[in-house]
Amino acid sequence: MAVRERLSGNEAVAYAVKQINPDVMPAFPITPSTEIPQYVANYIANGEMDTEFIPVESEHSSMSAAVGASAAGARALTATSSCGLALMWEELYVAASNRLPLVLALVNRALSGPININADHSDSMGARDSGWIQIYAESNQEAYDNFLQAYPIAEHKDVMLPVMICQDGFITSHGVENILLEEDEKVRAFVGEREPEHYLLNPKEILAVGPYAVSSYYMETKRGQRQAMINARRVILEVAERFQEMTGREYRFFEAYRMEDAEYAVVLIGSAAGTCKAAIEQIRSTAGKKVGLVKIRVFRPFPEEEIAQALAHVKAVAILDRSEMFSATGGPLGAEVRAALYQAKSTAEAVNYLYGLGGRDITVEDFCRVYERLEQIGAEHRITDMYDYIGLRSR
Amino acid sequence: MPCLANSSCFIVKCYVFRQKYGLVLSESGGCLLLFYGTGTLTGSSQIISEDIWKDSLVKEHIMEAVYNFKEMMNKPERLAPGHRMCAGCGGAVAVRGVLRALHEGDRAVVGNATGCLEVSSFMYPYTAYEDSYIHNAFENAGATLSGVETAYRVLKKRGKIKEDYKFITFGGDGGTYDIGFQSLSGAMERGHDMVYVCYDNGAYMNTGTQRSSATPQFADTTTTPAGKVSDGKVQTRKDLTAIMAQHHIPYAAQTTFTNNFKDLHTKAEKAIYTPGAAFLNIFAPCPRGWGYESSELMNICRAAVDTCYWPLYEVVDGKWILSYEPKKKLPIEDFLRSQRRFRHLFSPGNEGLIAEFQREVDRRWEELQARCGR
Repeated sequence: MAVRERLSGNEAVAYAVKQINPDVMPAFPITPSTEIPQYVANYIANGEMDTEFIPVESEHSSMSAAVGASAAGARALTATSSCGLALMWEELYVAASNRLPLVLALVNRALSGPININADHSDSMGARDSGWIQIYAESNQEAYDNFLQAYPIAEHKDVMLPVMICQDGFITSHGVENILLEEDEKVRAFVGEREPEHYLLNPKEILAVGPYAVSSYYMETKRGQRQAMINARRVILEVAERFQEMTGREYRFFEAYRMEDAEYAVVLIGSAAGTCKAAIEQIRSTAGKKVGLVKIRVFRPFPEEEIAQALAHVKAVAILDRSEMFSATGGPLGAEVRAALYQAKSTAEAVNYLYGLGGRDITVEDFCRVYERLEQIGAEHRITDMYDYIGLRSR
Repeated sequence: MPCLANSSCFIVKCYVFRQKYGLVLSESGGCLLLFYGTGTLTGSSQIISEDIWKDSLVKEHIMEAVYNFKEMMNKPERLAPGHRMCAGCGGAVAVRGVLRALHEGDRAVVGNATGCLEVSSFMYPYTAYEDSYIHNAFENAGATLSGVETAYRVLKKRGKIKEDYKFITFGGDGGTYDIGFQSLSGAMERGHDMVYVCYDNGAYMNTGTQRSSATPQFADTTTTPAGKVSDGKVQTRKDLTAIMAQHHIPYAAQTTFTNNFKDLHTKAEKAIYTPGAAFLNIFAPCPRGWGYESSELMNICRAAVDTCYWPLYEVVDGKWILSYEPKKKLPIEDFLRSQRRFRHLFSPGNEGLIAEFQREVDRRWEELQARCGR
């Protein structure tokens, strides 16, 4: 029987780490992810798990040590946020291109400057091209569930890519919610043991990792990574299916909420989905309007066709980005969803807004206004507010 | 059994090696040793008991004494030929010398910071290493090997591997003194059972001789060029070996290629086989960056040691020990003269610069002697 508990998102992820009991965890504190290594260090100190914790001197070293440990054959992970992820930047690419199946518990936080400790997605969106699988959560339950699925995806022989399990700083990381925890034995059976094919500490073969590769070889490694990302689409769904058999909870690339008959849709990532759902219920019950939400769970690999299909019947869609990319035309999610719609020859109007930067709240009223605006855009076929910021106090 | 601890005048030769410490127990349970040399045990053979062998001072003396150049050079190479390092490069010599100190049959994982060594020795799809090897990036050789070493401990603890491994990582002075300094310091402070070896050629050579904090004062580099109004690098060099010793790790030393590699071999062996974190700094000249004939490599090393520019010493469990004191300390010109990077110091009117260089060498040599209780 699953155990009903009340946990913060950080504790939920740390609990998943304890259940999996990986081999090596290097980590360096940074708000709001600090609690994850703290919880893990405490579990170790009390004999509840025996992972080797490395208290490194920086995030660059935490990812470097995780790369070393994973290449050596161990199951490795680390946790970080914001500037910590930015400091790991170089290592993210090294981990992915070396095809190391390690896991990063990312608690999304705005990048400096100005320095800000609250949620937005500028950290992980900045890393979107690094070759990592990225899976996002709306709630603590999803953060926990996603973490349990991380290693089976990463270590699958057709994938062998690192996985970033993301949740929103403070909103889910520190917010305490009811949660269902699976039993240890079931978790261990689900996640299994890492059985590396090639590794540094294999006495049967000598392995060299991290070569200098000239232009005659470099491009093929990238094509290999791309193939792994393509394969990850299938594996993510297979693992989700197996997870559903264990828990009854369903996971796909995204959650389509009230989309069956939706004429106006919002696409977003993360915890704001809860607020958006409340707005949808309010609008549907008071005004009877057909509004829905596509909440992205898997951003890398990007489920382009599936998203376009989910939006096939809408009149207008608002794509909400929680990070800037300063292209001066929109945010990263907006760019990719709009490309997906174009590719699918969609006739839906699509507008891209930014919201929630540096932890700015987004309210039910904000979402109601977005849906009102979508109705207008759908009728007039004219977009005058592309790339607007929601909830901005002043320009 | 005479006290070997006082017998440094003996040349001790061990015929039978025990895998772990370099000696193998004979059938009678002792170590078979042959002594010959100037002492009273000339030409005799001895069996020493396991207890005596366990005495660390005895072991240290034997390990220092056990060095036969020809035998060492005939060991199988662990850095295979065919790599792309330059002729006369000290880096490749350093790596071969350190890996030679691994006992035959012992497994190792070799790490490497980005630099000349890495791009020349592991160019896909070829590797020059006979051991498992990992290159990660420029500034993180310390952290990377600490991850590998930790993986080793946990996989061993969990019964997933049985074999023993040693962990040795190499970095140039750029990857060690500068960009990788934090990662190195962290790894040493945490006490991972590994050796960090710096091959110090005193500049960023892989990118074309830019100054580093290991570059000596007045050196002409591409970012501290000597010119009409410049004497080369303004600052004196960072004393990294001392900084690493101040981490209070069990073993820190500096060495170079002198005396048939005995100093390097002995220190590398100690660094590898001392439990815990160890740091080895190897003076490793660069023919392109310094501007010398490749055949001059060994002479430059000799001059560096005999002028006390690069003194040979080790710090064992906090004890500072000079490994070599030149009978006659040579003037620094003897070191500077054969290198193009110091050519401007010999222009008329620059005598003061050489004198300043000499004063800094003297000051550091005296400081080291004081630390070593001389």
